[in-house]
Amino acid sequence: MRAFSYERVSSIEAAARAAATTDGAKFIAGGTNLLDLMKLEIETPTHLVDVNGLGLDSIEATPEGGLRIGALVRNTDLAADERVRRDYALLSRALLAGASGQLRNRATTAGNLLQRTRCPYFYDTNQPCNKRQPGSGCSALAGFSRQLAVVGVSDACIASHPSDMAVAMRALDAVVETVRADGTKRSIPIADLHRLPGDTPHVEHVLERGELITAVVLPKPAGGEQIYRKVRDRASYAFALVSVGAVVHPDGTGRVAVGGIAPKPWRDEAAEKELANGAKAVAAKLLAGARPTEQNAFKLTLVERALSAVLVEAKG
Amino acid sequence: MQSPGALEISRRDLLAASAATVTVASAHSLGHAQTKATTAPQSTKVTFTVNGEGRELQLDNRTTLLDALREHLHLTGTKKGCDHGQCGACTVLIDGRRVNACLTLAVMHEGDSITTLEGLGQPENLHPMQAAFVKHDGFQCGYCTPGQICSSVAMLEEIKANIPSHVTVDLTAPAEITPAEIRERMSGNICRCGAYSNIVEAITEVAGRKA
Repeated sequence: MRAFSYERVSSIEAAARAAATTDGAKFIAGGTNLLDLMKLEIETPTHLVDVNGLGLDSIEATPEGGLRIGALVRNTDLAADERVRRDYALLSRALLAGASGQLRNRATTAGNLLQRTRCPYFYDTNQPCNKRQPGSGCSALAGFSRQLAVVGVSDACIASHPSDMAVAMRALDAVVETVRADGTKRSIPIADLHRLPGDTPHVEHVLERGELITAVVLPKPAGGEQIYRKVRDRASYAFALVSVGAVVHPDGTGRVAVGGIAPKPWRDEAAEKELANGAKAVAAKLLAGARPTEQNAFKLTLVERALSAVLVEAKG
Repeated sequence: MQSPGALEISRRDLLAASAATVTVASAHSLGHAQTKATTAPQSTKVTFTVNGEGRELQLDNRTTLLDALREHLHLTGTKKGCDHGQCGACTVLIDGRRVNACLTLAVMHEGDSITTLEGLGQPENLHPMQAAFVKHDGFQCGYCTPGQICSSVAMLEEIKANIPSHVTVDLTAPAEITPAEIRERMSGNICRCGAYSNIVEAITEVAGRKA
């Protein structure tokens, strides 16, 4: 691990300012992903701004009938919240499908959204990776790509977004609230938070330097049957090959977001219009333009089958 | 043709260069070794409680909680397995909650209360979970055991606090203690010897005794 300086901050403004004005600064909250990457010198911040003292750790009802989830709410606490379990079961299920008990106790809501890919070539510093070292090439295109993305990819990068929680947030139309270094606030629909790789796969989200996520807001409950189905190589403690987060209403309409197949939680409102026509029709729209490798082409079939299982489960 | 003097200098340079290489390599692998790369302070004072005893340390910022416990406080009950949050051998309790000590910096725990295996029980005064692991043969090599025990103690508290899991059928019903629940909730602790079945029996017994 490279050396770095460290400070604890006690106000949101001070945090954003510190991160914006110090070269090579990064926020640290749970640290479960950042420290892992720092040990491998994939992340090499020269200054860490510890935001754990900011008190952004409560879940509050909004006047619109939704929930405002503080950026520092730990995954365990979010999954266990009575309101989330009752009204946003999809979110609770997605959180519980991810990581381990120990990691969920530390990992935060904001950090979960911003975690980096687990592409093996992003982690292997001996191999070219455009995300880790822009312009060096993508080793995954002709390498081990079983876990990687099939849609939203580019010639520069086929990394998949690893989060389960983000898939649920996408299906539930969450909005990310931030504060920028100059003190201004903005709200970013989760659909717009992550960027597709294009030819700049190292730029993964739209946040500016020093911009701090303060909360994630859920609109009023979507109702319906809420299901998160995750397909993985082990029964527990593994990243998704494919996951489906769905809200299905009694009339057959609903929403679907898919994980494990794209550089961001994958949702297509046009595909959702096909829900009444079955999984095949939805999958065809969702996966339009897919560019799988030989090793991950199975995901195209798996998405359809996982979706099919979800729709059967939703009918009870 | 080189003079003997020039040869001697180059040999000395070679030795110096070798020594420097060794230093860099060990600094890299130890992680917490001291090297000054920038002008801002690279170390921070931290005060926390470990197994009920107040501790104050001045630590290189890079020191993980795991390394602080093992290398600075010499509490070697907590084990370093993968050092990347994948194996659970480093599991300790922070304010009662289980975490991977390898994936958190010691300086991030100002004021926190940390419990390691040494704090749960001692050879002459075993924690019920330790006794149950012995009784049910819940280990072979024993390396993952401290993590398994810390994790399982906190895991039962999580069930008691009605925190659901991936295998919980009804999210609105009280959490139950079943073998399936125990297996899912303990998936962050890997046992290379494969003592899982006996570990589940040990935990089940302790859970039953508490209920």
